[in-house]
Formats: sequence, C-alpha cells, structure tokens
Amino acid sequence: MSESLAKWQQPDTIQTSLNAKNIAIVGLSSNPLRASHFVGLYLLNNGYQITPVNPTEKEIFGLTCYPNLLEIPHEIDLVDVFRAPDAAPGIAQEAATIGADFLWLQFGVISPEAIAIAEAAQITCIVDRCIKIEHARYRGRMHWLGFNTEQISARRREP
Amino acid sequence: MPIHQTTSYVFEDSDAAAAYFNLQEYGNTYSRIMNPTVAAFEERVANLEGGAGAVAFASGLAAQSAALFTLLQPGDHVVASSALYGGTVTQFKHLLRKLSVELDFVDINQPSAWQGAIKNNTKLFFGETIGNPSGSVMDIQAIADIAHAAKIPLMVDNTFATPYLCRPLDWGADIVVHSATKFLGGHGTSLGGVVVESGEFDWSNGRFPIIEAPSPAYHGLKFHETFGTFGFLMKLRCETLRDLGACMSPFNAFLLAQGIETLPLRMRAHVSNALAVAEFLQTHTQVSGVHYAGLSASPYQTLVQKYLPKGAGAVFCFDLVGGREAGIQLIEQLSLFSHLANVGDAKSLVIHPATTTHRQLSDTELNAAGISAGTIRVSIGIEDAQDLIADLAYGLAAIT
Repeated sequence: MSESLAKWQQPDTIQTSLNAKNIAIVGLSSNPLRASHFVGLYLLNNGYQITPVNPTEKEIFGLTCYPNLLEIPHEIDLVDVFRAPDAAPGIAQEAATIGADFLWLQFGVISPEAIAIAEAAQITCIVDRCIKIEHARYRGRMHWLGFNTEQISARRREP
Repeated sequence: MPIHQTTSYVFEDSDAAAAYFNLQEYGNTYSRIMNPTVAAFEERVANLEGGAGAVAFASGLAAQSAALFTLLQPGDHVVASSALYGGTVTQFKHLLRKLSVELDFVDINQPSAWQGAIKNNTKLFFGETIGNPSGSVMDIQAIADIAHAAKIPLMVDNTFATPYLCRPLDWGADIVVHSATKFLGGHGTSLGGVVVESGEFDWSNGRFPIIEAPSPAYHGLKFHETFGTFGFLMKLRCETLRDLGACMSPFNAFLLAQGIETLPLRMRAHVSNALAVAEFLQTHTQVSGVHYAGLSASPYQTLVQKYLPKGAGAVFCFDLVGGREAGIQLIEQLSLFSHLANVGDAKSLVIHPATTTHRQLSDTELNAAGISAGTIRVSIGIEDAQDLIADLAYGLAAIT
C-alpha cells in the first residue's frame, strides 16, 4: 500500500502545499493528548490561520469551530483531515465545493474514493502523511531531535 | 559542526517552554534528553541507515538497554541469536532476567529455529549482521519475514557491518543498534551508541500495549497514535533516555560524527586488508582455521554476496595449532597490532580470548562458546596490508 501511495507523497507537492495560509482541520480535537490537537497547535504556532472543523465542539484554541467545511465563512486553501477513512469522500466533496487547493489526509486516512473526488475537482492530494512532520522536515526543527529529515545540504540552516 | 557543550537551553518565553515539555514543538529542554550536536550525529546515522530517526546513548550497551526498556515489560519473551557479542549475552541473560523477561537463544544459521521459538509473549527478535566473534552472517530478510508474520519486530546490531557494508532496514529489520565506539567513530577515542528505527513497524498491532496504550510516564500520551512514524523514537527519547539517563556527551557526538566523515574510505581499507590477512593466515602451517566470512571457502559466501557485497567486515577469529600457549606467544611478539579489548579502530587490534575476555571459562566452556584455547580475534585496521601480514608472519614464526 505504501508504495502505491508514493504519487501523493511527493516532496515537491508537499513543499508547495506548505505555502497555504488558511488551513481547515477536520476532526480537530480539544483533547490535548490527541494527534490532531498537537498538529493544530503546531500549525498555529508556526504562523498558519487555523479553522477548526468538528460538529461536537464550539471553540478550540479560542477559535470558532464549524460543523463542516461548507459553513466556514472565509476562504480555505488546505483541508487537513483527521477522520476515519470512510468519512473522507464526503469531506473531499465539501473541499471541492469550497474550492480548496489541497486535501491533506493524515496518517491512516487512506481513501481512494476521496482522492478521486478531490482530483476530479483539481484539488492536489497528500495522503498518509502528517502535515506537522512535513512542515518540521522542510521548514521547522525536526532535526533538533535526531529525526531523518532526508535534507542533505551544505548550506547554512537557521537553528 | 559546533560543539554545544551545555546542559540546558534558555527558553524564548513561557509558552515556548511549555510547548517543548508537552512535545508540541520540537525544542531543546535539557541535554540528558537532546542536544544539538548529538542531534546532528543522530540524524547522520539515521540517514545512513535509512531510518526515520535515531537516538544516541553513552555506549552501545546503553543504546541496547534503552531499546529493550522501551519495548519490553515483565512477562515478555525475547528470541536472540546464540552467536552474539559477550557483553550482549551477559546483558540479555542477566538484565532481562532481573526484569522478569524470558529469553531463548537460537541458531542464527537456522531461520526455522526462530519460527519454532515464538511464543504468545514474544516481543522481539535480535541478532547481529556479522556475529562477534564468530563471524556468522545473519539472513536478515528470512528472519525479518518470520518475525513480521508473527507481528514481532526484528532488531539488528549492525556494529560490525556499518551502513556502508549493509543496511538492515532495507532487508526488513525494524530497529538497528550500533556501538558507535567501533567503526562509526573509527579511532578508538570515544564511547557511544545509537538506536535507529524504520518508522514502519505497526506498534498498534495489539502486541505492544507498552507503546500503544496511554503512557502513565507521560501524562497519558499515546506515543504511536500521536506521533505515528516517530512514535517509537519519541518514546525512546522522551521516556527511556530521560529515565535511564545514559545520554551521549556532545563532545563524543562531535568526535563520532567526525569519524563518520571518513567511514566509506576506512571501510574500503578495512575489508580489503581483512581479506588479504585472512587469505595469508589460511595458508599458514601454525593456523588450523580462519573464520572470516569473506573467504571464498566460508559457509557464509551466499549470505555475504546478498547482504555484504562490498565486504564481510574486518573482525574475525583464527585458531592456532599450538593452543593456549601459542596464543600467548603470538600476542607477545606482535608489534603493529595493539593488544586491547576493542574492535573497529583505524589501527589493527588483537586479543586472545582464552587469557582475557573469556579467562574465567574452562576449555570445555570455551568450546561451547565457539572458541578454542588457541583462538585469536583480530580487528584489521587501515594500515598497509603487507605490514600487517609481515607482523603476523613474524609473530607466528616465533611460536615454539
């Protein structure tokens, strides 16, 4: 499975997607021990505009939480999904409706149907990857903890 | 590469400090857990081995202990190769028993024996790419397949091969450990160890509640669910290294990283010299056997061609016809080989196990360990091969 997903895990695509400014996080949890919460807080601390999407929450990080993508009153560039794979096609449909540029499916959110829906609407997909890890790899401090960023360069990098 | 010789780090502000301690942002808190110089060393090793990341430790055995502590809990079971470094055998037999972990040693040459040793509570397979000192070569792919069919990870000690000669993760291993003291550092100056993990093993397969379940040692965090690919490594660093405390010093990380810069040059010289010396020894009348997997007559030739096409390492044993007394005489006569208890140095090293590392064992016990009273272990360095051969020829000629 992991090899067949390589098409949606290309470093160039991932780096382009990190230029997004407005990110909707579908399935964002207010529980600080959940992965989605770690990722949301990280993106917030790294300069992104975050829009929580979760029908069971009113507010997360002091930000209004919307029940679905269609209710969001402002523009969204990238939709980041922390939901079971069977919820992904519906989210992809909503992402198409609101005109998002990127659909990012987090670890384990693997849905060929969602990918097909998104791509039919010219949305670029990233699948089975974590946006926090990829941001830390290319623009952040992943190398501070001995992780393999796969970035080999003699150029000076900021600490 | 600067040496960050510091214990701790001034935080930007309270929020940043909180985010670091909560693992919400990658940041430095205290050098027992992370340090920028050590991190640079770790990333280089992780990259060379093709892993998701690495965590460095004060020594190879500290690295191994930490990997075991991260994976195991009382009542678990480990299956390990019977052809392992003596320090590892002691660690496994005694430390694991103290932790109420069961252990079975199996024949590295018979993958089917590994299959037969699996129990319901088996949590780990462990072996060495090249066995110390037996020179055995592990069929990593076959043993990894058996492990994975039973949802068990395979950990491989790659110290003798280094990623220049073999990358166990490419063949299905899940965790690689090193004594960086040896070939990675390469100059016999600095102790260090490192654990690399592939990031691909499914720690949430139901067999590893110790990694999957909410951790009481980190306010209920589920390491694998939260950090995915990095779950094992985060737990290894933020819990096990934090609690065991056997961190690598920044200065050692600097020296070991400097060693890695010449790893390919040194390994090419090591394996070419080792083959030349082994070929010389196998023709000598005072030598009854040479256990170097790189020799064409070695029973490991097929595995060497698959896993170690660039060379079978540079540490091996040979047996002297004259037994214990001949061993002592040879050691006394050598002038280029340093008589000491280490391997993987740029200079050639020699040791006579029967009178040093295995001194407490009877001849019968030595034989059970695959060693005879006349066994000599050498670690071939990067000197001129002809000089090494001349030194050995002189020493062997002096045996009376």
